[in-house]
Amino acid sequence: MNRYSFWKYLLIIVIVAVGSLYALPNLYGKDPALQISASRSAEVSELTGFSVEEALDKAGIDHIGMDLGTNNLVVRFQDEESQLKAQEAVKEALGRSYTVALNLAPATPDWLRVFGAEPMYLGLDLRGGVHFLMEVDMEAAVAKADERYISDIRTQLRDNRIRYKTITRRREGGLLIRFRDADQRQKGIAEIEDNFPELELEQPQLDAGEFHLAVKLNEAAVKETRRLALQQNITTLRKRVNELGVAEPVIQQQGLERVVVQLPGVQDTARAKDILGATATLEFRMTDQEHDVQDALDGRVPAGAKLYYERSGEPVLLKKQVMLTGDYIIDAAAGFDSVTGSPNVSITLDGKGAKRFSDATADEVGRNMAVVFIENKTETVERDGEMVKRKETIEEVINVATIREQLGKRFQITGLDSTEEARDLALLLRAGALAAPIEIIEERTIGPSLGQDNIDKGFMSVQVGFILVLIFMAVWYKAFGLAADVALALNLVLIVALLSLLQATLTLPGIAGIVLTVGMAVDANVLIFQRIREEIRNGNSPQASIHAGYEKAFTTIADANITTLFAALVLFSFGTGPIKGFAVTLSLGIVCSMFTAIMVTRSIVNLIYGGRKLEKLVI
Amino acid sequence: MDNPTQKFHLDFMGKRRLAFAFSVLLISASIVSLVTQKLNFGIDFTGGTLVEVGYRQAVELDQVRSVLAATEFSDAVVQYFGSAKDVLIRVAQVQGKNSADISDAIIAVLRQSDQPVEVRRVEFVGPQVGEDLKEDGGLAMIYALIMIFIYIAFRFQRLFSVGAIAALVHDVIITIGFFSIMQMDFDLTVLAALLAVIGYSLNDTIVVFDRIRENFRRVRKGAPVDIINASLNQTLSRTLMTSLTTLLVLTALFFLGGEVIRPFSAALIVGVIIGTYSSIYVASPVTLAMGISKQDLMPVEKEGAEKDRSP
Repeated sequence: MNRYSFWKYLLIIVIVAVGSLYALPNLYGKDPALQISASRSAEVSELTGFSVEEALDKAGIDHIGMDLGTNNLVVRFQDEESQLKAQEAVKEALGRSYTVALNLAPATPDWLRVFGAEPMYLGLDLRGGVHFLMEVDMEAAVAKADERYISDIRTQLRDNRIRYKTITRRREGGLLIRFRDADQRQKGIAEIEDNFPELELEQPQLDAGEFHLAVKLNEAAVKETRRLALQQNITTLRKRVNELGVAEPVIQQQGLERVVVQLPGVQDTARAKDILGATATLEFRMTDQEHDVQDALDGRVPAGAKLYYERSGEPVLLKKQVMLTGDYIIDAAAGFDSVTGSPNVSITLDGKGAKRFSDATADEVGRNMAVVFIENKTETVERDGEMVKRKETIEEVINVATIREQLGKRFQITGLDSTEEARDLALLLRAGALAAPIEIIEERTIGPSLGQDNIDKGFMSVQVGFILVLIFMAVWYKAFGLAADVALALNLVLIVALLSLLQATLTLPGIAGIVLTVGMAVDANVLIFQRIREEIRNGNSPQASIHAGYEKAFTTIADANITTLFAALVLFSFGTGPIKGFAVTLSLGIVCSMFTAIMVTRSIVNLIYGGRKLEKLVI
Repeated sequence: MDNPTQKFHLDFMGKRRLAFAFSVLLISASIVSLVTQKLNFGIDFTGGTLVEVGYRQAVELDQVRSVLAATEFSDAVVQYFGSAKDVLIRVAQVQGKNSADISDAIIAVLRQSDQPVEVRRVEFVGPQVGEDLKEDGGLAMIYALIMIFIYIAFRFQRLFSVGAIAALVHDVIITIGFFSIMQMDFDLTVLAALLAVIGYSLNDTIVVFDRIRENFRRVRKGAPVDIINASLNQTLSRTLMTSLTTLLVLTALFFLGGEVIRPFSAALIVGVIIGTYSSIYVASPVTLAMGISKQDLMPVEKEGAEKDRSP
């Protein structure tokens, strides 16, 4: 009685071996490293490796390893000091086409990596970094779509010689077209219905003599507009994060209008916020030299012109017509003007933009052109208990310069305040504009020292809690207690192995979940051992008691654990970030404990007591 | 019903009226506190900005306050966090002003003072997020309870579901009440702890129920109250042992896990103690009061049921 078959032992040994294998990488820790990836046309290859090696040799920095992955190169260092020095050196050697980000690379030895074993993935609260939750201003996205339709419908009507008075955007959304007469309106309706099936048309009941037509996007088109705005924003955010040079960033959609951005290791949150949230774009306009600025200041702004201010506060009158927008920019680099030495940004346009720009500037040589910097901000503020979205648009003229010759594919912008500004503007122009303004609605930043503190304290709690439970069980249940202790240790190994294998994120609450599991995992054993004690007290033989103890406790354990899993499941589905980590470790702990507390302890008990005559059982 | 092989012979059910009074007292105190002084919600729920900074040496709070007083953050709450070197600064939601930039402004102000300061943590939660979290948290709690009710009704019996849910609601109210009375920070991790408490307390209750069901089926004679009492005694060692090991590790977490996780471990400690109590004194008495009887738990085979009714 109480003997396990060979295959059961084999199964246990296999699980233990595999578990240990995948838990092992966590003992090796991580090395400070540089992650080098190509930001544009460039490519990461062995050649990149050579240039990096050369740069490091020249700077006299030792590295302890270099791995070429798909599209990135990871270089490891002994300490953080050489990592930082190396970043400078490598950046300089590789130039702008590559992003050189600080990272922690697992120091897993090669023989373990063959099995795909990696250490656990640490959450931001343990490794330090920034977490942002951003909300896309969907109203703005829909408004933008309306603006696009105004221009499209205008062209369509004009091309087909349908006469209308005005097309305007209505305050509640949608457009209003005013036609000359009923006949023109009828033609207009036919034309719009043919070309824009996604629009809903309605003739408002208005005073006689007015021929209005209300136009709005149908529900599907509005949905599509929102979806596209979110997608495009995610793409732009991803580009910007890459430009910032962050290793292992997370950029993820959450719900229908929110985006989560996680930047491990980033400390300068102010800059990260500025860059990610910026909606900055550029517009090039001619100055209006025919009219007087003073008139405009007095409130008589001429038609076709708009009043702007330069950074110095100087008013300037610009023509309404935009010559070029930032959309055509394919590259932008910060640098210094060769003559004045002041910071500038060199811009490269795509073919279409270059043609448009050269056409537009051909007739304007000798006149003044202004570069307008436009930034939209959206903020949610509380006013009298209500959430109100506040919008703000900043339009600044960053410089006015005389066009000396016809401009083409490449040109420069000057008039920037600092090298930082030039650098950030170049970055934003390269990464492209956001489809709609975004607002940061949640931020969680953990400094590196707190991250390390959290790891140390969490680890300490697990150790102390674990040892206390080990002692307690051994004292209370003697040999059986020791079997439970082995099971508990194994339980920890399996949790770590599963976390590593799934590359689930370990967070501080996640560690708390492990601590809690350590306390609760022995429950199954307590149930079994109490049952065995009871059976013995009932006068059963030791062997029969062991057998019955395990047998009878099983359904109880299963029922109790399944209900706890329910709670963990709900926690997972509701939770965000760290809370999810708690739910994950708690669930894994429960599942693993079912195996270790039942099968593993039974196998040990069977090895010790099974298959022989027992007079007495000490438990 | 007396069982000679049983270790304990405590009359739990005899004291159930006393226990009932005790529970009512705790729940009333919790509710009174929740109504009068409410919960001290963390910024996860209220929205606002929190900045934790570390200084090289111990720093006077008044010094930090005076630095902030000259700025727009004069009404910021400044307190120590864990040690005299760590300072926590909280800025509430300001009417008509809300921005993710507040934290950067605070840090800039603090950096201007003579002492070097290190940013340990920044949390900013916009008002729209706080509301969502409150709502989601409440919903999660309700979903968990509904799922549990259905599972127990399916695995045991409807009356047991009522007893288990009564115990869980009891635990949650008293744990939340504890946070209200102590005015401890109620943040997102505490909410997670509450759900874990539900899981734990339920675990305890299920073990007892399992034994009650077994005894109802096995023991032919005896009033329900005696069978429940015997079941409680049989599972008592286990209930206490598991609570003890769990409390051991939670105490370790409370003292060693650091300031950030402290409200979380406090919620679990209180919850485990109350959960242990409720699995004995709430879940079973309520099930009994609902009128549980042998017939409710007999296997649903027709023959067995008929046999039972014959004397």
